[in-house]
Amino acid sequence: MPSFAARPEEILKPARPWFVALTMLFGFIGNLLPVAGYAATFKPDFLALLILYWCIQEPRMMGVGIAWFAGLFMDVADATLFGQHALAYAVLAYSADYFRRRVLRFTLWHQAAQVAVLLLFCASLVLLVRVVAGAPLPGWTYFASPLVGALVWPLLSVLLQRPQRPVRSSAQR
Amino acid sequence: MLHTDPPPFFHRGPSPLARLSFFALLSIALLFADTRFRYLEGIRHGVNTVIAPLQRAVQWPGETAGFIASYFASKHALSAENDSLKSLLLAQGPTVQGAINVQTENAKLKALLAVHSRYAGAAIAVEVLFSGRDPFSQKVFVGKGTDDGIKPGEAVIDELGVVGQVTRAFASMSEVTLLTDKDHAVPVKNARTGVRSVLYGTGTGRPLELRFIPPSADVQPGDQLLTSGLDGIYPAGLAVARIDAVERDTGQIFAHITCSPLAGVDRSEQLLVLGESAALPARPDEPSGADPARKPARVKARRGG
Repeated sequence: MPSFAARPEEILKPARPWFVALTMLFGFIGNLLPVAGYAATFKPDFLALLILYWCIQEPRMMGVGIAWFAGLFMDVADATLFGQHALAYAVLAYSADYFRRRVLRFTLWHQAAQVAVLLLFCASLVLLVRVVAGAPLPGWTYFASPLVGALVWPLLSVLLQRPQRPVRSSAQR
Repeated sequence: MLHTDPPPFFHRGPSPLARLSFFALLSIALLFADTRFRYLEGIRHGVNTVIAPLQRAVQWPGETAGFIASYFASKHALSAENDSLKSLLLAQGPTVQGAINVQTENAKLKALLAVHSRYAGAAIAVEVLFSGRDPFSQKVFVGKGTDDGIKPGEAVIDELGVVGQVTRAFASMSEVTLLTDKDHAVPVKNARTGVRSVLYGTGTGRPLELRFIPPSADVQPGDQLLTSGLDGIYPAGLAVARIDAVERDTGQIFAHITCSPLAGVDRSEQLLVLGESAALPARPDEPSGADPARKPARVKARRGG
């Protein structure tokens, strides 16, 4: 009976590069979705979550460099300062690399707590950059999106690891 | 923890920290170049041409839903809207007819005075594609760009008043900075008294501020502000905002005046981009610095007037 999420001792098959690329594209499209009002306030940054996930699972495919370029695309798409998302994503990718060896030992909800810290750190970095550049302070709702992102993390992990989980037929064993 | 590094025979390129430092420095350089010098508009346009089709594609589920909803709009709702529009038209009739009269009269008078009419440019109707996702600024994106003749700097209005200004024009899309953006300012004049000032945006969810008005000035809540046209960007006489509150503190140099925009800045879907207004008369020549003796005289003259 396979569990809902992969257990720490379960060895996942390597992800196929096209799958990683496809999920990144979907993450980007998810960020482009035209939403307004509360939805816009609480919408998580899907691309950041995906970068974090693939940095942890497939560090050979996803790293600081690709994250940085993805950030540049987000900067143009959101018409923000050039380099703001790029800096945040690069820092995110680095920190993911730093703690990826231990994070997979935790349950998904414990992972989510660590992801929340990382996402909040990146949001604060962007806040710092913008305030230094002269932007007004946004309200506390600014930090809602990273927290929602952390809540989405377990679901995202389950979805993304599904194609990589080894198939075990009960007839063989 | 003895050997955390991989054995040297696996080639792995520069260390993650080195990579991070490189890319972080690069981003900081980009940020600096973008905020201080605006060097990177070329790159931004290039990347945007790649992204634009994707951004358009993401629109269509919502658009289709809206289209289907409007197709099935009830006859009752439509006839009610029709009735209200008719009564509105009727109510505005006298004003419009009066305005035509006034316009012709005004044109004749202006011709007599040999004053050029300021605004004669074309207007382009645009539709809002989506509002900006940057929580630090107030922007919307509209569905026409340089291909349709939109240029950065042009004024954007809706049926009630000024909405903002085109700040970037891409091929098929433009970025409009709204009145309420912190970096946005409009030169205005008070419709009742004619006093000129500048109206500043202050950021998300905060009222507009009318600055540089002394506490003793004749300003009242309810006064309408119109564009003064002095900047050469906004044509003169467009409705901008209404004054909500005036706080006079004689200890301060200027009164603290808050206003709210008349236009549906964050609601309007259909907007109008006003093409460049008729060429302004050339700026008067700066007096040549060769004759310093004239300078004090000029200052005196200005103070006197």
